[in-house]
Amino acid sequence: MMVDFSVLTHNAGAIAGGFAVTLETWLAGTCLGMAAGLAMALLLLGGGRWTNRAIRLYIEVIRGTPFLVQLFFLYYGGPSIGLDLEPVTAGILGLGLYGSAYFAEVFRAGFGSIPKGHLEAGTCLGLTRWQMVRRIMLPQMLVIIVPSLCNTIIVLSKETAVLSVITVPELTGILTGIGSLSFAFLEVLVALCAGYLMLVELTAALGRWAEGKVGRYMIR
Amino acid sequence: MATLQSMMQTLPLLLQAAVATVLISLVSLCFAFLIGTAVCAMRFSRSPLLRGLAAAHVHFFRGVPMLVQLLMLYYLLPSAGINLPSLAAAIIAVSFCSSAYMAEILRGGFLGIPPGQLEAARLLGIRGFTCLVRIQVPQALRLTLPALVNEVLLVIKASSLVSVVGVAELTRTAQNIAASNYRPLETYFLVGVIYFVINSLLSRLGRLGERRLARAHSS
Repeated sequence: MMVDFSVLTHNAGAIAGGFAVTLETWLAGTCLGMAAGLAMALLLLGGGRWTNRAIRLYIEVIRGTPFLVQLFFLYYGGPSIGLDLEPVTAGILGLGLYGSAYFAEVFRAGFGSIPKGHLEAGTCLGLTRWQMVRRIMLPQMLVIIVPSLCNTIIVLSKETAVLSVITVPELTGILTGIGSLSFAFLEVLVALCAGYLMLVELTAALGRWAEGKVGRYMIR
Repeated sequence: MATLQSMMQTLPLLLQAAVATVLISLVSLCFAFLIGTAVCAMRFSRSPLLRGLAAAHVHFFRGVPMLVQLLMLYYLLPSAGINLPSLAAAIIAVSFCSSAYMAEILRGGFLGIPPGQLEAARLLGIRGFTCLVRIQVPQALRLTLPALVNEVLLVIKASSLVSVVGVAELTRTAQNIAASNYRPLETYFLVGVIYFVINSLLSRLGRLGERRLARAHSS
């Protein structure tokens, strides 16, 4: 078997496009998931019994079922109830819904780890509930959760590969497509692994940097 | 009503496929535990080569999506002249991917044992292997059980990806059914319920085990 990486340079444009779609779906899905997750965590803090139950059920269902099945449900099942989505839109929405459950858990754990005394002090000082959330809980929580937040973001970056199954033209889909046409599977898969490893390592490095940055303000 | 009826009709097929999913996951988990134990042992080894290899193993299999690992095995082995049935390729891929996570979980467990205990064991003349089997392993397993149970649930979910290479497990069967009865919404909903029930049962079983071990530890 000859190893010839020219197949990658010949298709550089397509590969770059695939990488762009991977980045796009990953970042959009992450933003969507984080916003929805934070909203759910905030609702869990101050919600009534039924909102809490509904949110808990949502989180449990998303965490208890495979991402691929959720995607199929959304992409192939959606049209039966009038939800006709483009693959990329379905991918971003699916990734966001999937991520939101994990992000909600991360935020919830962050809120839970704030010392009781801080909240009691806030009550004693006559802060309103919203003031406590905004001035005491959110700033501390955002620092505490940086490592688990990064972890979830990295998990989502790898889940974008699954989007190729619903025909999203991202890195995995594009490169395996090139492989099937040229039979240069080795070259293509090496590039694929390198791409994801780079993405994951870069994100992890960024996460460690952020941890050091925000950690400076924490008193240990 | 027609919907309910057609869902009921597909249920036996899906349950059969669910058994396949559980079996594939359990077999992969056993292999993953064995490989993970070996990699964990290598990470604690005195040889820098073994330590480096183990670290590379963990980095690679945790840094690349499982789907990509699966595609690698599926496409590359035949071009290297090795013809594996897709089921075997699937089990190998899931095992190796999970083994990296298992190795890290176990490493955390062994690092969680207070060093004082090992020093005490050495002073009492308890030799390496006995110390490992009687002191380190039982405690590491107790410390890591929640994380290991979590890994079991992750593998059950990750096993859905092997549908991509044509293994007839739960997700693949659902695809076939949805393609023939044109009811993807209902079918994938039902499949989601089945995965959810499997995972709920396993996580309950895990908590039961944790309580057992905690009780045995406290008495």
